[in-house]
Amino acid sequence: MMAFVHLLLALVLAPLLLGVINRAKALFAGRNGQPLLQLYYDLAKLLRKGAVYSRTTSGVFRAGPIAGLAAVVAALAIVPFAGTGAPVSFAGDLVLFAYLFGLMRFFTVIAALDTGSAFEGMGASREVQFAALAEPVLFLALAALARQAGSLSLTGILGAVTPAGPAWALVAVALLVVLLAENARIPVDDPNTHLELTMIHEVMVLDHGGPDFAFILYGAALKLWVLGALLVGVVLPGENILLSLVAMLALAVAVGVIESTMARLRLLRVPQLLVGAGALAALALILVMR
Amino acid sequence: MNLELVLILVVLTNLKLLGSSRLGSSIRTVGVQGLLLGLLPLVAGHDLTARVWLLAAGGAVIKGVMFPWMLMRALRDAEVRREVEPFVGMLTSILIGIVALGASFWLGHRLPLPRPAGSLLLVPVALSAILLGLFLIVSRRKAVSQVLGFLVMENGIYVFGVGVVQETSLLVELGVLLDVFVAVFVMGIIIFHISREFDHIDTDRLSMLRDWKP
Repeated sequence: MMAFVHLLLALVLAPLLLGVINRAKALFAGRNGQPLLQLYYDLAKLLRKGAVYSRTTSGVFRAGPIAGLAAVVAALAIVPFAGTGAPVSFAGDLVLFAYLFGLMRFFTVIAALDTGSAFEGMGASREVQFAALAEPVLFLALAALARQAGSLSLTGILGAVTPAGPAWALVAVALLVVLLAENARIPVDDPNTHLELTMIHEVMVLDHGGPDFAFILYGAALKLWVLGALLVGVVLPGENILLSLVAMLALAVAVGVIESTMARLRLLRVPQLLVGAGALAALALILVMR
Repeated sequence: MNLELVLILVVLTNLKLLGSSRLGSSIRTVGVQGLLLGLLPLVAGHDLTARVWLLAAGGAVIKGVMFPWMLMRALRDAEVRREVEPFVGMLTSILIGIVALGASFWLGHRLPLPRPAGSLLLVPVALSAILLGLFLIVSRRKAVSQVLGFLVMENGIYVFGVGVVQETSLLVELGVLLDVFVAVFVMGIIIFHISREFDHIDTDRLSMLRDWKP
């Protein structure tokens, strides 16, 4: 029962996280910032609009946002929150977890390529390049946790996390980097930029409009929530659902602080960051394997 | 501060060295590693005799303060800032570092020791520092980076020595420290002279200094 409460909470509260991030950034910049609920307003507005499709696109383009949203909702169903098990859980679901994100990315990329726009192809190429580097980091971190917990399902892993020791700290840092990279946040990609030459994620969704764009925005918010729930589950394991919700908001504030205090890395430096995070995760794995 | 934490921080400084191209920050990293190594005898579980204190203080001062200071001065005189194009790229370096780390953990558990070390991590960390130091020496172009590689390698040997310090005599440890001190001192002078004579410190270009070209 509690598992479904979490599912509902995530579906309702996910867009709020982005609002918190934006508010934190605005505070740092000395602005008032947009309302906390801005993304809800945006989603409501977009859902009421009609979609416009270019004549060069095919069905793949229309399927992209829906398949992406479906994949991330499926991922949401296998990640546990606040100590209660996930609605769906089986041995090896961490592989499914990683590849549901892969599926979501695949559909975003293929929809971007379907438009035939040069800019979108460039963004797709970058997104795939960085994702290929972020995925091993996620797997190494999960492998270290799985080895420690002696379980192959996310519910089992997060139920057995002991928040102490060097391996745990290394895994937490690696997962934070994965969270920033997968959600196209600042050291990797700037969600506010509108200069096509440096955009990664945003450039791929330029041609989507109306409900399709709403699905993409909502899917991105859910993705942030899912990876955030994983990180919070590792850092603050516990049964207290209120504490976990506060931790999610604190994580959003932390992301906002990181975005305000760090400059975006040059594209050439991003792989270094990701491989560095991979090194931390690999070290954690080595430490728990011995 | 316990032993494992110090050893893991040593490994992290090694990985940072592999991935950073700025010579100044690399030197500072080696300095931090030296200070960590100074802590090592204190946390390694030996009796805290005057000998151990002396070793800790000597290690911290020489490795953590003197070496960085001398290398910083050499760097300033040579007027270089970055390792521009190493023989092996930074990304590949980190990957090789991880592989070397795994290999030394594998090897470390198979080495028979006369008596068990203070921590299971001690031998693998020492081995990995030696391997990575060697790798830094062969893969970097600038003389300063190569000196840093030499220091990392020596730090690995030092970690190994400290793990079994009650068996090696103080005299040997201090003798090694003094040797390394002289070595770094001489290398600093050499770096200065190379850069003054040739306007750069790329050691591979020294191979052009021959009178016959095939």
